[in-house]
Amino acid sequence: MKSVPEPEGGTQRGKPIGRRVVLGMAGIGALGVVFGAPVDGWVADVLQPLSSGSGSGIADLIPGSDYFQLYTVTSGFPEVPPDYHLVVDGLVDKPLSLTVADLEAMPPTKLVRDFQCVTGWRVPDVHWTGVQLGYLLDQAGVASEGKAIFFESFDGVYSESLTMDQARLPDVIIAYQMLGAPVTRPHGGPVRLYIPEMYGYKSIKWLSKISVTAVEGSGYWEQYGYDLNAWIGRSNGRDDTPIN
Amino acid sequence: MAATTRRSTRTARSSSQLLRFDWVERVAHWLTAIGFIILIFTGAALYIPALVGFVGRRVLVVRIHVDAGLALPLPLIISLAGSWGKGLRADLKRLNRWSSDDREWLRRSVHWEPTDKLAIGKFNAGQKLNAAIVGGTMIVMLMTGAVMHWPYYFALSWRTGATFIHDIVALGFFVVVVGHIFMALTHPPALRSIFTGRISRAWAKRHAPVWLEEVDKPSSKVSK
Repeated sequence: MKSVPEPEGGTQRGKPIGRRVVLGMAGIGALGVVFGAPVDGWVADVLQPLSSGSGSGIADLIPGSDYFQLYTVTSGFPEVPPDYHLVVDGLVDKPLSLTVADLEAMPPTKLVRDFQCVTGWRVPDVHWTGVQLGYLLDQAGVASEGKAIFFESFDGVYSESLTMDQARLPDVIIAYQMLGAPVTRPHGGPVRLYIPEMYGYKSIKWLSKISVTAVEGSGYWEQYGYDLNAWIGRSNGRDDTPIN
Repeated sequence: MAATTRRSTRTARSSSQLLRFDWVERVAHWLTAIGFIILIFTGAALYIPALVGFVGRRVLVVRIHVDAGLALPLPLIISLAGSWGKGLRADLKRLNRWSSDDREWLRRSVHWEPTDKLAIGKFNAGQKLNAAIVGGTMIVMLMTGAVMHWPYYFALSWRTGATFIHDIVALGFFVVVVGHIFMALTHPPALRSIFTGRISRAWAKRHAPVWLEEVDKPSSKVSK
């Protein structure tokens, strides 16, 4: 009675296929965790021709495809303010308020560099055009007590920071072109930061304000525990290959 | 009907209705279903580019997704744990064991052949497969999700591997869920029984004949 009777009327016990399926899935899953990374890379190579490269192609939905994931920390991709200006202020001699056209009129810097996300994906050979951050800082004239930069986004939430030394690296740019066209709204247009040697969360999107500060502030993700100095391969507990 | 005479010898069940799922099973099913729905929607909002832009609020969505994932197995575990879980435990045993007729049922179903006259119990092979896949998915998603959410404790390549498996299984499982809902909507009596717990004797005779025998055999089960 209390002992469980043979299921299904006791005609036959049958094979424990349910348990085998469950344990089989768990086993394959565990193997996939340990050995799945090369498969993931292989799938990415196979799918490369199918991808739009901008995160909107069909192949971008297939696991393993190695292209931009579009992140936003607010609801949706923010609207560009109608009178958009990029402001440079803080500890500077001459605060700036620049339109996109103003930036385009400055000496351009063109880069073809990878974009590496701290969550693991990497987009190779992205084309970037923009103005060196160091050039902008020189235009505004950094006061002697200015030791760091704080960046703000017009999404109203996101922020980032760099030390003055990091900000003056020659390949740190205020980008107005990306993937061979003006930076699209999902990618942070009209203007975003790009710092190649650091993980993507440093390359703030929808950039609206660059403030020179005396001490380095803490940006959005840093408040959730991400490293302040986000060098690729040397931070956030990761050992990715530094980019080209 | 022979069944009507039997009825008086067994429990005094109302008319021709059988208890297919007791209340513990029904509550466990729906809490698990709600958990999966939350996980599917928040997961989509983290993964599909168009939705990522539409929903945003990544930190909040991640938190809901992770919390819902950690809570997902609780209804099942709690339902199985106590004396109240007798019906669920018995059904899990039924779902686990596949008779040769179950395998034949699956073979014929795949080939669109009629499956009548097979000795099918309370659950057919499709339902057994669904249950096993749900169980396997829960384990794999918890395992890979943990590696994704707490990556510092694991090798870097594990995070990549876990993300890959998590994404693939999510896509596959979505198809299974859509299939599950489709089968429910196209089989109204079965669908009703996960709300009311009851199913007709006629239905059981047609779809689950061996279970009907089991129910009608007075010795096979303690009446309750």
